Amino acid sequence: MRIPLYDGEWSVSPDFSNTSSNTDREDALEKTVYEAAVEIKDTNGLHMQPAMRFVDLANQFDCDITISNGKDTVDGKSIMQVTMLAAVRGTKLTIRTEGTDAEKAINALREFVEEQISDGKGQGKRENR
Amino acid sequence: MEIKKGIAVSPGISIAKSLIIDSEDYRIPRRSINPSQRITEIQRVRNAFRDAIAELTELEQAQDQTGGGRIKDIFAVHLRYLRDRSLRRKVTDLVHSESVTAEYAVSSVLRQIAEHFSNIKDTYISERAADIYDMERRLLKQLLGHKREDIDHLSEEVAIVARELSPTQTASFNKNFVKGLATDAGGRTSHTAIVARSLGIPAVVALEDLTEIVRGGDTVIIDGNRGIVIVNPDDETIKQYQEYSREFIELEHKLDAIKEKPAITRDGVEIKLLGNIEFPDEAESVLQKGGDGIGLYRTEFLYLNRPTEPTEQDHYDAYAETVRVFKHRPVIIRIVDLGADKYTQSKRFAPEPNPFLGLRSIRFCLQNLTMFKTQLHAILRASVLGEVRIMFPLITNQQEMMQAKMILRDVMEDLDEESIAYNKDIQVGIMIETPSAALTASTLARDADFFSIGTNDLTQYTLAVDRGNELVSTLYSAADPAVLRLIRTVIQDAHKSQIDVAICGETASEPEYIMLLLGMGIRTLSLTPPMIPEIKQIIRSVTIEDCNNVAREALGMNSERQISSYLRNAARKILPEAF
Repeated sequence: MRIPLYDGEWSVSPDFSNTSSNTDREDALEKTVYEAAVEIKDTNGLHMQPAMRFVDLANQFDCDITISNGKDTVDGKSIMQVTMLAAVRGTKLTIRTEGTDAEKAINALREFVEEQISDGKGQGKRENR
Repeated sequence: MEIKKGIAVSPGISIAKSLIIDSEDYRIPRRSINPSQRITEIQRVRNAFRDAIAELTELEQAQDQTGGGRIKDIFAVHLRYLRDRSLRRKVTDLVHSESVTAEYAVSSVLRQIAEHFSNIKDTYISERAADIYDMERRLLKQLLGHKREDIDHLSEEVAIVARELSPTQTASFNKNFVKGLATDAGGRTSHTAIVARSLGIPAVVALEDLTEIVRGGDTVIIDGNRGIVIVNPDDETIKQYQEYSREFIELEHKLDAIKEKPAITRDGVEIKLLGNIEFPDEAESVLQKGGDGIGLYRTEFLYLNRPTEPTEQDHYDAYAETVRVFKHRPVIIRIVDLGADKYTQSKRFAPEPNPFLGLRSIRFCLQNLTMFKTQLHAILRASVLGEVRIMFPLITNQQEMMQAKMILRDVMEDLDEESIAYNKDIQVGIMIETPSAALTASTLARDADFFSIGTNDLTQYTLAVDRGNELVSTLYSAADPAVLRLIRTVIQDAHKSQIDVAICGETASEPEYIMLLLGMGIRTLSLTPPMIPEIKQIIRSVTIEDCNNVAREALGMNSERQISSYLRNAARKILPEAF
């Protein structure tokens, strides 16, 4: 599924990404980059309430965290950027962490998306406001 | 240089730098700033985020106590958005790269996000655009609120440009610095017009898209005589207008010369000219213009420019200041006419769908007795200082008036118990502003000491026209036969009951209506102070016999257009320079 992200005057991908590209540093440093592929199972997608909890969790780590839907890559610590991914149910995302606690972060975030953001758990229920 | 044509609502000429007041209720137009202002503007963005976060944190904590779980969750998300550095950076980057105002940058960035959500084909996500609009409003409210504070502390002369002005916005205008008003919306009797006339500064309304043309700091000429606004005039135009402005001031001085002379018709009938005021310090200008007292002392200002409700002492101080100016001449204090405005509407959880037919004016007072009694207490206390009278607004039936009078008696008993002196025979009158009051005037007259016809609301309610709505405002006219017949009924019923009847609406300050009103039997007019000399000049130029003829003719006509043009022609013969 293709998710149109942004056709506005500012494009999301280059501008929003806070993470430095790690092509040069990768060989020099220890490998501290982790990736996890997850799928959003919650009816509401990764939006507002779930996104808030994701971002709150991400902010507990020092490492850089990005999420990508294959087209756009955003800062996993910014609620605006995460919600703008508009990851609806069924979206496949790649979480990428890089930095000192990257391993802890990737495990926690993967577990969070797989365990917590799915119907019937936490506050993932569809709101009808 | 750009010339815009609107409706002139308050006479005079002003040439000043513009200060634009945006409103969170309307789309914020793109407005450029001087690149040197960018640092200040970026600081405004930061402050707005900071204060919006503080406001929201407070709201979130208040939700804790009432246990609104769902709302608390929503606030939590909003808070995280406002704290999101990448969002704030988007806004400040826009201010920096495009040199635009903080308001525009906030609005533009948040609206782009909202639109992004709206375009997602998932109902849940697309509906979340509403959350973003909510955050936009919250930020704009901060930006505009700060700007209002700036207006309180002006240090140079400005012309205020806005889409529309509300009482909250105008309450703190200082006439030493605010030299003119120009708005996109509005009509002859909109709030902007009333404020401008009471401050004695020029105003032009109904300029449609002026706020999109003017940039903050641009020089604007506001020609309140011809209804023209010129943006960035060339030197030649400025020179012409300076000349014209001088001539206009001379004419005003000529009229001022008659202030010592009585308002008496050529055949010797004396007419009482009173002033409509909003603020205590306007009392002085009524005196200067030759007014005989205050016929309408609006008291809303006490509520509109402060964060908390005014105390009894605040009321008393304002009334005492005014009454001292007039001593033994009448000062008619109107009970606060709140409702249908931002003051009451913003305090409601959900705004009333139809506020002008809702909880406003005396209805609001009767449901907020503590507030009502506080005001009455202060008025009674001030009643020993001079010739104070009480007027109840928007009475629609006898029962309302009896209820209001009963509350007044309660407050009198309180004063008795407190051994505070007051005038036990204080006169109590009502405003006639609705068709129901006009049609039952003979009944209402039994319990009222005087009537004051508020022609603005009476016209609006009789013709079912919102005078501020440009789409229908041409239908709004006090010269409509329906309105005139109601006014005639009220005057006749007042005469039968031998009580005073005055006109305190805008018609009392419109030269073309004066002969008609006198001819219908009016002997007291209450009007905006700057217009007193001109109206006095008209009164001194006519005979009651002429006026009776004009009234007879006009009341025999069946169309507003016919009546209007007849009245204009009749008045033009009397005082050509007023037209």
